[in-house]
Amino acid sequence: MIDDQWIGELYRQESRRVLSTLIRLLGDFALGEEAMQEAFSSAVRQWPVEGVPDNPTAWLIRAGHRKGIDQIRRKQTAHKYSHLLVPLDAAVEETNEQTIEDDQLRLLFTCCHPALPLSARVALTLREMCGLTTEQVASALLRRPATLAQAIVRAKKKIRDAGIPYEVPEAGDLPERLPGVLRVIYLVFNEGYSCSEGDRVVDVSLSAEAIRLAAGLANLMPEGEVFGLLGLMLLHHSRRYAREDEAGELITLEEQDRNQWDDAMIGAGLQRLEAALARTPAGPYTLQASIAAVHARAASAETTDWARIVRLYDALYRQQPSPVIALNRAVAVAMRDGPGEGLRLLDTLLNQREFVNYYLYHAARADLHRRAGNLADARQAYQRALALVTQEPERRFLERRLKSLNENAGFTRAHCRF
Amino acid sequence: MKYVALVYYQESIINAMTEQEWHDLNQECVAGVEKLTERGNFLTGQPLESVETATTVRVRDDDVLVTDGPFAETKEQLAGFYLLEARDLNEALQLASRIPPARFGSIEVRPARELPPKD
Repeated sequence: MIDDQWIGELYRQESRRVLSTLIRLLGDFALGEEAMQEAFSSAVRQWPVEGVPDNPTAWLIRAGHRKGIDQIRRKQTAHKYSHLLVPLDAAVEETNEQTIEDDQLRLLFTCCHPALPLSARVALTLREMCGLTTEQVASALLRRPATLAQAIVRAKKKIRDAGIPYEVPEAGDLPERLPGVLRVIYLVFNEGYSCSEGDRVVDVSLSAEAIRLAAGLANLMPEGEVFGLLGLMLLHHSRRYAREDEAGELITLEEQDRNQWDDAMIGAGLQRLEAALARTPAGPYTLQASIAAVHARAASAETTDWARIVRLYDALYRQQPSPVIALNRAVAVAMRDGPGEGLRLLDTLLNQREFVNYYLYHAARADLHRRAGNLADARQAYQRALALVTQEPERRFLERRLKSLNENAGFTRAHCRF
Repeated sequence: MKYVALVYYQESIINAMTEQEWHDLNQECVAGVEKLTERGNFLTGQPLESVETATTVRVRDDDVLVTDGPFAETKEQLAGFYLLEARDLNEALQLASRIPPARFGSIEVRPARELPPKD
């Protein structure tokens, strides 16, 4: 039955595949998009009368291609794009499941090209790969629609004018280019969390979109790190109901109600992690997924295999010597050997300048002092962290911690009087 | 497509080089240009004398203003350029990454623009 819902479903399922092929056939992003929209309009008009074609995707591609070529002729811009045009019949005839899949990869690698600004890569990926509207992307990224639309136009202009090719990098360049694509997907995922506060109207889940993107990529390009990232995101996402209370306040991993973790998603995450580990050597996403898996398998923070987590952070730090990994490693050491050992490690880190104004450093330090019972030091470190933090939920979390510290201190003093 | 690869580096790095290092760097560039030429990627190019030899010209209200040096004090100075023929940006970037000063300076890659035909 062809009704609006059926067409809507078809659009959701097929529009990205049709678009990615049309961009290749027409050699231009904007033109491909226009042609794709027109093809769907034709389908809405024709199919109820003529019936649904045997292969709707091929029909849409053919219709879109024809409209695109008409458009080029109308605008008489053929001279500019003519060298990119694929001849009508040849192109459409050789379109099959394989070429459509290749086109999906081409689209993703083009949207994530390192010659584009990072924010534009994220926006383009959400728009072109995920099929979100500019308004949806803007609201998801907390940006003004007009600003975002401009950034997308600029990015498409650069793709065309700078000659960013519509291709999947050759195998030799893949180790260099794939991490960039994974980075954009992970950024989309994390954006889904960091934007989740405030007055945003949540009509899309960026985290779910990121998981969908990685799952699609894993199908087309079964590389270890693709599975690693997919596993990592699934394992993190499995905690989505446990990481905030009803008021939207953050709950630390240690204090989360683990019954609220999504077991089915943990299972899926562990499975992807296994697939990643089968394709050695383990890269940074696979190692992070391995750490998330240790947490996922533990019944509580106390019974977590912290020794294993420290070893995994060691391996991760060797690959990516970043402040945040050094910090997490120190916290894991504290959980393994006690807060004193963790604090000693944090002190050695302070030689590096990037830690001085890093709020997470001071928050971690405050937490370890709290655990060690050094309330005055803890208070000072919380205040330092509060002075540096910029995200609202994090600020509220630190304030709560500081407040409970003062209450406990009051209690201890009162207690001591007796 | 035609791309211009602009080579920038801190001249202080060059000034600190020994005669031998400077010689080797130049020979490496010569070999690089030879390779690019063989593959049909090198259209033209030229290294430049030190930025201390630069003079800037501007015309404002028909007055020709000549000043010493480039306008802004930048960290890296323009040291030379390549005009490259490449299939697309990916190839241009690949070629640019093999320009020896890419290791200690930076290479800005931009598509060349054609002037419109004469009216």
